[in-house]
Amino acid sequence: MSDLEPALRDEGLTATALKEELAERMPGATIELEAEQEMMTVNMGPHHPATHGVLRLIVDLEGEVVKDLKPVVGYVHTGIEKSCETMNYWKVIPFVERMDYLGYFSNMESYCGAVEKLIDLEIPRRAQYLRVLHLELNRLHSHLVWLGTSALDLGAMGVYFYCFRDRDRVLDIFEMSTGQRMHTRYFQIGGVAEDIPTGFEQKVREMIVTLNTGIDQYEALLDRNEIFLMRTKDIGVVSRERLLELGVTGPLLRASGEAWDLRKEEDYLTYDEMDFDVPVGTVGDGYDRYRVRLTEMRESLKIIEQCLDGMPEGPWISDDRKYVLPPRAELSTSMESLIHHFKLVTEGFRVAPGEIYNPVESPRGELGCFILADGSSKPARVHFREPSFVNLQALRDMTIGEYVADLIQTLAMLDPILGGIDR
Amino acid sequence: MPDAPGLELILAEINRTESGAVIDTSFDREQASLVVDATKVISVLTWLKETPGQEYTFLSSVHGVDYYPNTPRFAVHYELLNRERYERLRVKALLADPAAQGAGEADIAPVAAVPAEDVMSGSPAHDQLPHLASCVDLFPTAEFQEREVYDFFGVFFDGHPDMRRILMPDDYVGWPQRRDFPVGGEPVIFTKDEIASPGWWQ
Repeated sequence: MSDLEPALRDEGLTATALKEELAERMPGATIELEAEQEMMTVNMGPHHPATHGVLRLIVDLEGEVVKDLKPVVGYVHTGIEKSCETMNYWKVIPFVERMDYLGYFSNMESYCGAVEKLIDLEIPRRAQYLRVLHLELNRLHSHLVWLGTSALDLGAMGVYFYCFRDRDRVLDIFEMSTGQRMHTRYFQIGGVAEDIPTGFEQKVREMIVTLNTGIDQYEALLDRNEIFLMRTKDIGVVSRERLLELGVTGPLLRASGEAWDLRKEEDYLTYDEMDFDVPVGTVGDGYDRYRVRLTEMRESLKIIEQCLDGMPEGPWISDDRKYVLPPRAELSTSMESLIHHFKLVTEGFRVAPGEIYNPVESPRGELGCFILADGSSKPARVHFREPSFVNLQALRDMTIGEYVADLIQTLAMLDPILGGIDR
Repeated sequence: MPDAPGLELILAEINRTESGAVIDTSFDREQASLVVDATKVISVLTWLKETPGQEYTFLSSVHGVDYYPNTPRFAVHYELLNRERYERLRVKALLADPAAQGAGEADIAPVAAVPAEDVMSGSPAHDQLPHLASCVDLFPTAEFQEREVYDFFGVFFDGHPDMRRILMPDDYVGWPQRRDFPVGGEPVIFTKDEIASPGWWQ
């Protein structure tokens, strides 16, 4: 058969015709031919509804099977790290918030925490509690957007509407405490911008009850949904060792069975006092990623409740006048305060030379902020180790050998935020 | 976290096998770092990853830093992590700026204008860039991050499988995160301005 085959192929026969021809000439022989497939390179994006942002994928397909994949990023690069170098330390906060636009509190915590370590500033306990509270609300918000859009990719439109309804409840809370729904600039160097208003606690407690029911409803909609299970089970599996090699962190890593959460490992804010569990998966497929994130939302609700229960009284921002603005009321009575206020607003504070790397657990994994201080009032370098940027490298391993339709699902379960990737 | 004496021990250990690999150590604000010879960075990283008792197997972050106007000007930082003990260690590879060799400190500026397409092996512009060995074989996670360092600082990683720009456009000229690269506007070509002054953007 082997010597006949090339000659017949040269005649331009299709695989089926070739098989028939060979069967005719060599009766009784077993003929196994791979169906001929043309390799095709397909461009997905940058403007594509399923890429969750401006992500471009160059995909090599053989039939419907992905053979190779190259992500192309940078379409929403806005030079945030460069812009940070031209700003005073306290003016950088609104910039860094806008990188990962679903995890803005994590961005702020990563940056503010780094500056606080540089200037060795202790923040009051109430501020720590308020930060944890908002970080967890933010995680909830991020996961809700993720769940809604991912379910939408798989055709579950109802889930999308329910998720965005509940996400709005979280945004209402942000609006109540910070005045903004997104990009709140709530965390300041030394604490938080303002105390929570009266009625805040009650509103959050109502939200906890509603969201607990909400999560039950998502589970009822998806957990035993035939289509959802078929689309997510055993799809996009990468071994835990390979994920660690690729530097993947966050829910993706936890779904493959590694209980790695910086909230447990790194000592920051009051996470060591909170009682919560780190959910892990077993297989590391799309379904596990979904389950891990959903369970994380429940854990976040637990942390939020504990924050409300244990919220200490006291100041919400440090009273170190060298770094923190004096209260507005003092300005009309104290010359000293007026001078501090003027100096902080115009020049900002100076930071002694040094370097710091401050990692926190963002909704997508390890978000690290590196700051180089050169002794002036502006940072000499601000760099973010963005979890989405690093996690995106794993997409190739997850999708090779799978169908192109599953590529959409795998990308959704990866949860990349292009604002964070491109910065 | 290895403290200051712990870092000295690591320095002595590494320098015993690889003489002169670690130049300096620093322990500042509870963070440990090793300053290493840029030509030996891979052997240091391998040692830290594979020696029993060290086992910094997870690479959190790779980023470039420009210490301008200090010399050596550039550095590439590797944030290593031991997940069992939760210890972080920063490895800093310092790199001199080849473009500034022989020239006075005052006129370093032209490095910003190296055309991206000239940065191929052997071309004169290629020699103007600082070089460092790529650690992608050791830590596959560094692939994107080394590309980012190259994109923003013009540090060329030898042995990297795909050394191209990643966030800036492929035809971009210059290394935007260098400290002497100005923050400035690029002309935006609006058709409305063409009527008033044709060819204003040229």
